[in-house]
Amino acid sequence: MPSPTARPIPLLRLSHSTTTTCLGAGLDAQLQALRSARSGLAPCAFDIVDLPTWIGEVAGVDAVRLPEPLLDFDCRNNRLAELALQQDGFADAVQAAIARHGAQRIGLFLGTSTSGILQTEQAYRTLDAHGALPPTLHYEQTHNTFSLGAYVRARFGLRGPCSVVSSACSSSAKVFASAQRMFAAGLIDCALVGGVDSLCLTTLYGFNSLELLSATACRPFDATRNGLSIGEAGAFVLLERAATAPVADDVLLLGVGESSDAYHMSSPHPDGLGARIAMQQALDQAGLQAADIDYINLHGTATPSNDAAEGRAVGALFGAGAPCSSTKGATGHTLGAAGGVEAVFCLLALRHGFMPAGVGTTALDPAIAAAAPLDYLLATRTPHTGRHAPSAAAPRRVLSNSFGFGGTNCSLVLARGDALHPVSGMGR
Amino acid sequence: MSDTMFTVPLDRPPAAQTLDVHIDGVGLLGPGLSNWEQAQAVLRGDAPHDAQRTVLPVPQILPAAERRRATAVIKLTLASGLEAVAHAGLHAADLATVFTSSGGDGRNCHEICAALAGSDRLLSPTRFHNSVHNAASGYWGIATGAMAPCAVLCAFDASFAAGLLEALVQVALLRQPVLLLAYDTHYPEPLHRVRPIPDSFGVALVLAPQAGPRSLARLSLDPTAPFTELPADTLSDATLEALRCAIPAARALPLLRALARREAAHIVLDNQPGQQLALQLTPC
Repeated sequence: MPSPTARPIPLLRLSHSTTTTCLGAGLDAQLQALRSARSGLAPCAFDIVDLPTWIGEVAGVDAVRLPEPLLDFDCRNNRLAELALQQDGFADAVQAAIARHGAQRIGLFLGTSTSGILQTEQAYRTLDAHGALPPTLHYEQTHNTFSLGAYVRARFGLRGPCSVVSSACSSSAKVFASAQRMFAAGLIDCALVGGVDSLCLTTLYGFNSLELLSATACRPFDATRNGLSIGEAGAFVLLERAATAPVADDVLLLGVGESSDAYHMSSPHPDGLGARIAMQQALDQAGLQAADIDYINLHGTATPSNDAAEGRAVGALFGAGAPCSSTKGATGHTLGAAGGVEAVFCLLALRHGFMPAGVGTTALDPAIAAAAPLDYLLATRTPHTGRHAPSAAAPRRVLSNSFGFGGTNCSLVLARGDALHPVSGMGR
Repeated sequence: MSDTMFTVPLDRPPAAQTLDVHIDGVGLLGPGLSNWEQAQAVLRGDAPHDAQRTVLPVPQILPAAERRRATAVIKLTLASGLEAVAHAGLHAADLATVFTSSGGDGRNCHEICAALAGSDRLLSPTRFHNSVHNAASGYWGIATGAMAPCAVLCAFDASFAAGLLEALVQVALLRQPVLLLAYDTHYPEPLHRVRPIPDSFGVALVLAPQAGPRSLARLSLDPTAPFTELPADTLSDATLEALRCAIPAARALPLLRALARREAAHIVLDNQPGQQLALQLTPC
């Protein structure tokens, strides 16, 4: 726990947001797909990949053209970033934020796991007779982990604190924590956060080597789940200090929790101990109790071990009291972009009053239910649950989980502006 | 008001206070720099800098299975991080960490790209899990048992400055010590041509909120003016300056030199081009 002299965390508002996934480009496409429980997954026909798996590929990435002065940044990851920035008036909102706050007072914190490594993977197929890479490869602007941050920084002329967070699949959840701290320390008045990860051979063949790829569209929390479907996505959010009296429809960042498993590189702690710590700390920072949370967007990758461990952790904290689902059956696992995408999904749920269904899942795995009773939201009504989704219940406070390789965990608590005061009796 | 950390919501920022932290421990490993004790003499100018290749010790702290899989970034961060924690008299298991690297493990990346360009495209599971940018922090957790939060950053050549800023903010905000680890390792050909990092360099700093018996110096940053257009400090010794320029993590050297010399100094470190990080160092 922080000592009494710790500086206060300012209450932040998600003042503008957008996301682009295999469900479509921009918020409306996500909203329609989530409400109709549609999946964007399809059999993999990406690049030269010959794996029997399904992926969440974003349409139209190849057709995106970067602005002329930034052509050295040209790669699939930055094209996907650009495509996402062009939706929902987001780029205009960034320009307006620069006019409001000044470029030097806007922090830039973006998550990615593989950035533009696809450029180098492809370049290795065309080494010359001396084994040298082609001169067209711009390592710094495409492959390097920071290239996403460098691209967005250059595109908008941002001059504030700037870094890429790359902690595998928690990356673009943890950017919210970095931004929150920079606000509290007085370094920034606005933050551009989010994440972009794009399809590449490293992750497809890598997860295949771990036998973690499903041969069908993934089925999170289902007894028949047998691995994940890889997706790609871009998500961006502008964070600003909340007004003294937030508007009802404002979506606020109430809490962030982070922890490390200290257990294994590619398997979670079996009881989800680190996950539980992250969720509890997010609740603590929000000044909320488990009963105050109306919906949980699970990490829910559909690997046997993640869902079992996360189910135990969620069950231990929330019991069956909080409806929950994974949206990865709709988008695939977008890795370093997942935290940002799912934060935006939570914003949509709060603003439009619905809970996304767990697409791809027929029934909650009885083995998970036996260890931890969960209220898992299914896309179809089944004998096992009294609920069906998309739910008519309007969530007011939600939690989103993002966990990653290396045992890195991050949970976010978001709430509506009219739901700042918890129902559990803990006044703030 | 309950025990929540929020104050009344503000649409105006509170008056910014200087961010002050104390450097309580240093770990260092690089070409011709085998630990902080030896490196201090070099940085003070009391001993010559003999730029031999970095020697990475086998991390005995890891379980045998993990020790066999340990790559250069893992050996480098365990050696430098544990040295800093020992100097500070703290327990690694208790510390939040900030890991920062300009691009992660070049050797591992090369092996993956070469395999993916081959006919069967088979990767080993170990090769894949070592490919994540947070591989070193994952092994750090397994080795030390630290379950505290860990930030894992990249800012290309600005990675040391970005990591230092994140760590400063965490310490000042949470009033708890934080371990910063900045590290880069050799990139083999053909990647070397596009990312010419010649050798391994790792520096670790334990930063504490209050001055204690182990504190070496206070490091301060003005949050309203964290950056300067002034050029980054350089080193008069040619081989040390070459090292500073060649390996992004070694952009820390001007700070380490002032620390070794117990100098009060304005420090300017490389960050984003034309936007250097401005710090004040005051010996304790």
